[in-house]
Amino acid sequence: MLKPAAATVGQVILYAAFAAFVGYFATAPTYKQIPDDVALIKLSISHLGDRECRKRDPEELKKLPPNMRAPMDCPRGRSDIKLEVDIDGQPAFQTVMHPTGLYKDGISTVYKRFEVKAGTHQLSVRMNDNLVKPGFNFVKEAEVTLKPAQVMVIDFNPDRGGLFFK
Amino acid sequence: MFFWIFQVSLHGFLRDITRTLIQRIEEAFDTFFGGGNNPLRHLGAMGLYFLWIVVGTGLYLFTVLDISIHGVYNSIGHQSRDLWYFGGILRSLHRYASDAFILVMMLHMLREWAYGRYYGFRFYSWITGVPLIWLVYASGIGGYWIVWDQLAQFSAISTTELLDWLPIFSEPAARNFLAPDSINDRFFSMLVFIHIGVPLLLILGLWAHVHRISRVDYLPSRRLMLGTMATLLLLALIKPALSDAAANLALAPVELRLDWFILFIHPLTDITSPALVWSMLLAATALLFLLPFLPHPKAEPVAEVDAANCNGCSRCLADCPYAAITMEPHPNRPGYKIAVVDPDLCASCGICAGSCPSSTPFRRQEKLVTGIDMPQQGVNALRQQLETQLAQLNQGTRIVVFGCARGADIKALAAPDTAVISLICTGILPPSFVEYALRGGADGVMLTGCRTGGCDFRLGDRWTTERLSGQREPRLRGNVPLTRLQLVFASANDDKILAEALQDFRTRLETQAVSADPLQPYFRRPSHHA
Repeated sequence: MLKPAAATVGQVILYAAFAAFVGYFATAPTYKQIPDDVALIKLSISHLGDRECRKRDPEELKKLPPNMRAPMDCPRGRSDIKLEVDIDGQPAFQTVMHPTGLYKDGISTVYKRFEVKAGTHQLSVRMNDNLVKPGFNFVKEAEVTLKPAQVMVIDFNPDRGGLFFK
Repeated sequence: MFFWIFQVSLHGFLRDITRTLIQRIEEAFDTFFGGGNNPLRHLGAMGLYFLWIVVGTGLYLFTVLDISIHGVYNSIGHQSRDLWYFGGILRSLHRYASDAFILVMMLHMLREWAYGRYYGFRFYSWITGVPLIWLVYASGIGGYWIVWDQLAQFSAISTTELLDWLPIFSEPAARNFLAPDSINDRFFSMLVFIHIGVPLLLILGLWAHVHRISRVDYLPSRRLMLGTMATLLLLALIKPALSDAAANLALAPVELRLDWFILFIHPLTDITSPALVWSMLLAATALLFLLPFLPHPKAEPVAEVDAANCNGCSRCLADCPYAAITMEPHPNRPGYKIAVVDPDLCASCGICAGSCPSSTPFRRQEKLVTGIDMPQQGVNALRQQLETQLAQLNQGTRIVVFGCARGADIKALAAPDTAVISLICTGILPPSFVEYALRGGADGVMLTGCRTGGCDFRLGDRWTTERLSGQREPRLRGNVPLTRLQLVFASANDDKILAEALQDFRTRLETQAVSADPLQPYFRRPSHHA
């Protein structure tokens, strides 16, 4: 051990170093996740795929117990969902979303983040939630203008007409 | 096979390098703080101290928190802005103590690994410490969300995006933060519940972590606590913790004042990928769990109890640093107790043998059998070694040096006038051996142990000091002249200091008056029935 005065000076220096270390790295260096002139497009869809139901004929219904005479015979599993996104006419993302659950009867989801330059962009989103049928049964196309750091969301809600941007 | 051997030797090499570095830094800190107040020698206690600061300040912040989307931001902001002299300081203490906690936690883990304290009897403490790291980060990251500023928004989205890589949610958790209307007040109720619940689990885990240690340092020394608190207060005043702009999910935060102690994982995910980050986290956790199973030195024999010589005094129970001893009914003496050693917990330090009243070398048994003893360095062998070496001291000022095998190397001190006896730990030496050496012909006895706070078995240096100063049983008898006793606490890097201390001691003995020594010579007469 040093003499008390020298030891105290040393302690003060070490305490100050500790405070400087903690204080600095508690807020610095600053971090930029995206550049200043960039906006974000978030594609986030959570949707239950369609399924092919068959209408039961009267004879078939008659054979069933009275409490189980549902007019439609629907399989438990749900269809995969096909999704494509084009930005400014260029394919930006294509995927096939699979239903969750052991019996493939759950929702299909996708979450994807795109960084684009701020400004005007042509967006085109196409979705098919029943792959038994060809083509896309949901399409949304629009020209959007994004400010720097703006977050635009591509979502899906059947009650709002399907695909929508917000 | 070659790869395995290479990995093991690389591990040993890295550990040795790190240990040397840590030892040097600790010893440099000793220069200013001394061992008792050296924060690096009390990292566990420092961590607990920071945790209590976080808990205390957190309780206040909880009482003033308005749990709603805008309420959380405004209520915490009000504390920092309008009540800066109280609430603002407490908020800053909450943040900086959390950061300091993570810092000392990491240093504590690094230090224990470097000193090889993760296998054998320390296996339990090491394994129970690993999950605590996850709890600490879960608490810290969740805490940042509560403020609901831009940093909280960034952390919440980054964390949920990272979690979504795991197949645990049916719906992406990040969907909860898509737009300003995605979250509601209940989200913050849940957040506060988690931010209180996880630290409670952490405290429970800490209790388990120190469960197999006796006399736990729950807090550092008062001086160290005061110094640390003053430092944190000053930091809180100079650089108060403030919120960023309020969260707005319609805008992405651009420039963030990131807390790198807690939130470093987000940039790491950005520059790599969630898959890589999870792989690294899980691999690091698995490695920490696997460390105790890597090849390591074989365990030393544990303490053994001799029923005929154990009188159930419980001194070994009181002195054992690892709670390895329990007292149970004596098998042969009704109404008496006997010490029982748990081999899984025993550190083989021998501190129990040093505490046993039956370990006195003045007993006249031909073969000295004590109540509790170490097979690898029994008190009988110790007495024989001492008698043999005393008989060989034949010139000058005769000094016996008892030294800890883990402290400074005493072998280099051996000389015709200097006997050296290396001990498992200084705590194994019953104080009566000092008197025995002096009455057997030594002019002085020097005891060396690890530096204060640096005992490899936690309490060896402390018990030795207290026993020799008469504060703890078994005490050094009052008739032993303390002028003929020298205590030196020296680490493995202190060979020079030890040599100088021995020289100073010798000079002192040679210059002091012989009449100051009242001890009568003692020569043991063997008895076969003692």
